[in-house]
Amino acid sequence: MREITYAQAGLEAIQEEMRRDPKVFYMCTDAIPPLAKEFGTERMRATPIAESTMTGMAIGAAGSGYRPICDWRQVTFCFVAMDQIVNQAAKITYMFGGQQKFPILYRAGVGGGGRLAAQHSQSPYSMFMNMSGLKIILPSTPRDLKGLLKSAIRDNNPVISFEGNRLLQTKGAVPDAEADELIPLGKAEVKREGNDITVVALAWAVHEALAAAEMLAKEGISVEVIDPRTIAPLDAETIKASVMKTGRLLVADEAGPVCGASAEIATLVSEDPATFRKLKAPVKRVCALFVPIPYSPGLEDHVFPNRTKIADGIRAVMAA
Amino acid sequence: MPLGPNTLREMLHTMQTIRRFEERASADYHAGKIYGVVHCYIGEEAIAVGVCGALRDGDQIISTHRGHGHCIAKGADLDRMMAELYGRRDGYCKGKGGSMHIADFEKGMLGANGIVAGGISIVTGAALAAKLDGKGGVAVSFFGDGASAAGPIHECMNIAAAWKLPIIYVCENNQYAAQTPASTTIARQGEIVHRAAGYGIPGVAIDGNDIFAVHAAAEEAVARARAGEGPTLIEARTYRWRAHTERAGQPDYRPKDEIEGWKSPDRDPIARLVAHLKRDGHLTDAEFEAMDRQVLDAIERSCAFAEKSPFPAPDDALDDVFAA
Ligand SMILES: Cc1ncc(C[n+]2csc(CCOP(=O)(O)OP(=O)(O)O)c2C)c(N)n1
Ligand SMILES: [Mg+2]
Repeated sequence: MREITYAQAGLEAIQEEMRRDPKVFYMCTDAIPPLAKEFGTERMRATPIAESTMTGMAIGAAGSGYRPICDWRQVTFCFVAMDQIVNQAAKITYMFGGQQKFPILYRAGVGGGGRLAAQHSQSPYSMFMNMSGLKIILPSTPRDLKGLLKSAIRDNNPVISFEGNRLLQTKGAVPDAEADELIPLGKAEVKREGNDITVVALAWAVHEALAAAEMLAKEGISVEVIDPRTIAPLDAETIKASVMKTGRLLVADEAGPVCGASAEIATLVSEDPATFRKLKAPVKRVCALFVPIPYSPGLEDHVFPNRTKIADGIRAVMAA
Repeated sequence: MPLGPNTLREMLHTMQTIRRFEERASADYHAGKIYGVVHCYIGEEAIAVGVCGALRDGDQIISTHRGHGHCIAKGADLDRMMAELYGRRDGYCKGKGGSMHIADFEKGMLGANGIVAGGISIVTGAALAAKLDGKGGVAVSFFGDGASAAGPIHECMNIAAAWKLPIIYVCENNQYAAQTPASTTIARQGEIVHRAAGYGIPGVAIDGNDIFAVHAAAEEAVARARAGEGPTLIEARTYRWRAHTERAGQPDYRPKDEIEGWKSPDRDPIARLVAHLKRDGHLTDAEFEAMDRQVLDAIERSCAFAEKSPFPAPDDALDDVFAA
């Protein structure tokens, strides 16, 4: 299989779906050149810097038979659109008793590592998990990104795709266009099998967890790494089944811990009597420190989790 | 096009339906059959009816928290509306929405909205869809004077003007946002029409209680929109007769004589249309009474329908979070 970058995989998903369905169009505050070239300015619409309006217009267009894609660029910029996301998009299907479907894809970059400081390095996806009515994908590989985006565009609901800023230039194997591979929303993937401990990792942290697992294999610790890929809805079954097998859980997330996706994952394991009974040690989380993300390299690196901190965390759970 | 007597009588019928529907909704609210909150549109009927009278099937509108009038004017079914207010399974939203969230997507009514200014960008998106469809469809955004002071209308008038979207922004300036007079919070003594100039689009201020003025302004704006010439801002000056909501014990600081003044026959939009039709020999007192009885019967039937419809089962709360 050919290898392409995460960024390229995202673009291919959009191109393939726009070719497939004339009702798909794209809004972003800057036109994406290959989309503008292929589909023209009617379908690759450069908008004013008015994310709230873009977000709401996507709802209206979706309710009128289109499948809009609204690209916020960074999650940071969608906060001016919170009314449209929280009060409108997340609730419109339900509030009106399911009269109409609203197929919308919202895209946003998340995560740090770019020395971009507090406003441009955040991972606030759990704020959106808190809203029923939104589906949320958080892909960690080019293949997952492409397959999940294609499913998201074909889904009849608002879906938010949070895409890792640190992952854009990472490469991976991706089936070509003919394969038309769809990865279903709501299905986790076991990225590495192991027996001693389950590490549920999100987005960029998946790669750090895999690196930690490699290090620990040399110490005789067998780590299973699970990537939920979709965080709303969460694939609780795959996570619980893994923890039933290993009896230990560590959650690794580039976001902060408080009310985070990591908290939700820890809860679903401890709330389920059968899974809880199999736990041999307390659940541990390795997340960002609970501060806004700082700028200076030494500060930023200190705040984020990484493979070393994940490996230390695994050793601690094994010793507990 | 000048409005013929038949059309005018139909418009009168719709205006009277809105008024009687809300009188009943208010009574049933106080009787405990309707829950939460009800915002009445009484006194402003000419705007919804005049504007929707300039639209075709397939055109789309969005409403506000004060949505019954827009629903009825766009052809929504009274039975399903009343059933929704009663919280019943046969309501428009299966009892999930209530007064603030009635929508009828088949009729092009994209919903009332509980967030002030929350619907403006949604219906601007519907206008974009209409433009992409290329079939001459138009969209209408109703919003209040209160909503005019929030960000969305500015963003939306800008993008609609830049993209020449087929949309009409209809500000229902009833001069108050809840208890707060527009003159104290809105620049230019509470006049909104001047905004249009900033976006290079036509702006007209009209007497919103004059069905002829509303309809004429709407027709012109709709014609422009259909012809691909872009948006229009209409500021329709009006007044709400009742308190901001029906909730008991809500203060209403508006001067008594101001309220009574707006209810006088020379300002009441329905009385004005009745007088016009009578003067021209197109309506008699007996005919208007018969029309009113018809309206009251339809509303009585809608209440019976609502009463007969079962409440949703508790577990129905779990349905419709996502579309299939
Ligand atoms: C964003 C927001 N803020 C506050 C409210 C509470 N609220 C409901 S209606 C209303 C007044 C709206 O005034 P206006 O837009 O003039 O509409 P009117 O009620 O006069 O029809 C307020 C403040 C709300 N629903 N949404
Ligand atoms: Mg008002």
